[in-house]
Amino acid sequence: MAEGAEKKVKKKATLLQRRDRKGYLFILPWLVGFIVFYVRSIIQTIQFSFNTLTMDAGVGGYALSWAGLENYRYAFTVHPTFKQILTTSVMDMVIDVPLIIFFSLFMAMLLNKEFKGRGLVRAIFFLPVLMNAGAITAALDLSATMMNGGVSGEVAETAGAASDAVAFSLDYLIDMFVSIGIPAKLLDYMVSAVERINDIIRASGVQIVIFIAALQSIPSSLYEVAKIEGATTYETFWKVTFPMVMPHIITNVVYTIVDSYSTSDVVELASSTAFTNFNYGLSAVFSLVSAVVTCAILVVVVNFIQKRTFYYT
Amino acid sequence: MKVKREIFTNELDRKVFLGQVTEFFVTLLKVAILVGVSYVIISPIIGMIVSSIASTEDIYNPMMFILPENPSLEKYSLAALRLDYVKTMGRDLLYTITLTIIQLLVCSMVGYGFARFNFRFKNLLFACVVIMIVIPPHTIMLPLYMTFKNFDLFGLIPSINMMSTVKPVYIMTALGCGVRSGLYIYIFNQFFRGLPKEIEEAAFVDGAGVWYTYFRIMLVNAMPSVITVTVFSLVWQFNDVFYANLFLISEDVVISKKIGSLAAVIANQDKILNVKIQEQYVNAGIILILLPIVMIYLLLQKQFMEGAERSGIVG
Repeated sequence: MAEGAEKKVKKKATLLQRRDRKGYLFILPWLVGFIVFYVRSIIQTIQFSFNTLTMDAGVGGYALSWAGLENYRYAFTVHPTFKQILTTSVMDMVIDVPLIIFFSLFMAMLLNKEFKGRGLVRAIFFLPVLMNAGAITAALDLSATMMNGGVSGEVAETAGAASDAVAFSLDYLIDMFVSIGIPAKLLDYMVSAVERINDIIRASGVQIVIFIAALQSIPSSLYEVAKIEGATTYETFWKVTFPMVMPHIITNVVYTIVDSYSTSDVVELASSTAFTNFNYGLSAVFSLVSAVVTCAILVVVVNFIQKRTFYYT
Repeated sequence: MKVKREIFTNELDRKVFLGQVTEFFVTLLKVAILVGVSYVIISPIIGMIVSSIASTEDIYNPMMFILPENPSLEKYSLAALRLDYVKTMGRDLLYTITLTIIQLLVCSMVGYGFARFNFRFKNLLFACVVIMIVIPPHTIMLPLYMTFKNFDLFGLIPSINMMSTVKPVYIMTALGCGVRSGLYIYIFNQFFRGLPKEIEEAAFVDGAGVWYTYFRIMLVNAMPSVITVTVFSLVWQFNDVFYANLFLISEDVVISKKIGSLAAVIANQDKILNVKIQEQYVNAGIILILLPIVMIYLLLQKQFMEGAERSGIVG
C-alpha cells in the first residue's frame, strides 16, 4: 500500500518536488547524528534512571539491573543535597535571567549609537565570551578579588592595614533605602543584583551582540515617524524599540536559560555523581529531573513572552 | 505685540539652553556607565597582567599597585616552558580550526536544507534542531561516554575504545552534533531564508545543480553568517572543556585543560611552593593562552559585528 502510494507520488512528481527530495541529502548528516547521539542517548538516560548500573571494567561493557523507582526515591528522600542544589540552581536562573536581559538590552542600546572608540568598547564587551573556559574563569575570580584590595591587598591585610576604613559601607545605603519605605523584598533583589554585577556582565556578552544586531535591523523610518509625531525618547523606546526587539528577547531568554542551566551546580552534581562516585543511575536521575525542570521553565517563559510579542512583518 | 514676541524668543532660548544642559548630563551618564562597566570587565585582566609581569619582590611590596617596580618576563618564559606552549598551542589551534571548518560546512549545509527545500516532516525535524539547542549536552553525557568507549558502529565492527583521542569530537561535529551545532544550524537557516529566491532560480535556469548552487552561489552569499559562526565556533571550541573532559582528551591537545594543572606542575618540577608565586605563573599562562584567540577575534571583529547584524542570528 505504502509502496504503491510512493510510486504514485513519484509519477506525479514535478520538477520542484524532485528537487525538494534532495533536501533530505542536505540534512542527512545531521539527521544521522541526531538519531545516533541525541535520540539514542536520551532513551538510554531514561533507561539508566530506572536501573542500577554496574561497569564491567574487563570487557568495557556494563550491566543493568532493574531498580524501578528506587533511584528517584533515593534522590528525593535520601540524598542530602540534591533538592537544595536543584532549588538554588533554579532560583539563580529565575533571578539572573531578567537581570541579564535588561542589562544586555540597555548596554546594546548604548553601544548601538555612534561614538568615538565604539569598536574598542564593543570588543571589551565581547571579552567575557572569549574567556569563559573553566580554569580561566576561576583564575579571573581570584584576580578580581585581588584588584579590589590592590594586587598586594591580601598581604597588606595580614600586615594589619585597615582596608575597612577605605571600603565604602553598603549597609548605610541599604538602611537609608529601608527607611524611605522601599519593600524589603525588592531591596534584597536589587542588592543581590548589584553584588552579582560581575557574573551578570560576564554572562551577557552574546546577548549584547544579539541585541545590537536586533537594534540595527529596526527600520529607521519608524523612528522618523515617531519624531515627526513628537514622541519623546521615553515614548519612542516603549512604542518603537521595545516592541521591535521583543522577538529577540525570546531568543535571548532561551539562550540565557540554557546557558545558566549548563553552568549550574546541579549539572556539576550530576557529573560528579557519575564520574567520581560511579553512581550512574542516580546521575541519570539528576540529569533528567533538572533537564525536565529547565524545559518546563523554558516553555512557560517563552509562552508568556510570545503572547505579548508583536511581530512586525 | 512686540513684547510678546520678545518673550517668545526668550522662551525658545531657554528651552534650547535647557535642552543642551540635559543632553550634556545624559552623555556624561552614558560615558560613566560605559567606562564603569568596561572597567569591571577588564580589571581582572589588568590584575592578571600586572601579577604576571611583577617580580617576586614586587608581590610582597604593599606599596605596589598596577605598576610593578621591577617588571620581568621571567614568569612567562617558565610558564611557556611548562605548558610546552608553542607545540601545545599549535596542536590546539589545529584541532580548533579543523573542527570549525567542519562545523561551517556541515551546519551551513543542514541550515540550507531546512531553509530551501520543502520535504516531508520538515517542521517536525526543525523542532528537533531546536530541541538540540535546548537540551544541554550534560543530560546525555553518560550515554555519549559509553557510545564512544565501546564504539562499534551498532555492532558493524568490533568495538573500539575511543577514549583519550580526539576522534569522538570529530565524529560528532561531522554529524552536526558538535559544540553548539544546533545554534549554528539555526543561524544559517535564518540567514538562507532571508536571501532572495531569484538567485537560485537564475542559477537553475542556467543549468546549475543543487550542489553547485549551494557551494558556488549560496555559501558565497552567506558570508555574514559564515563569519558569525566562525567566530562563535572558534571561541567556544577553544574554550570547551566539557567534551574534552568527557572524552578524556589529552592535555597536550586542549590547552585550556592544561592550565588547570599548571600550578601543580610548577610546584612539582620547579619546587615553587609559595601559592602566591604559583599564581603569578598561572596568570602568565592564561595570558599566553588567551593571546591567539583574542588576536583572531580582533582580526575578524569588524566583519563580525557587521555580520551579526545581517546574519540570521536575529530572528
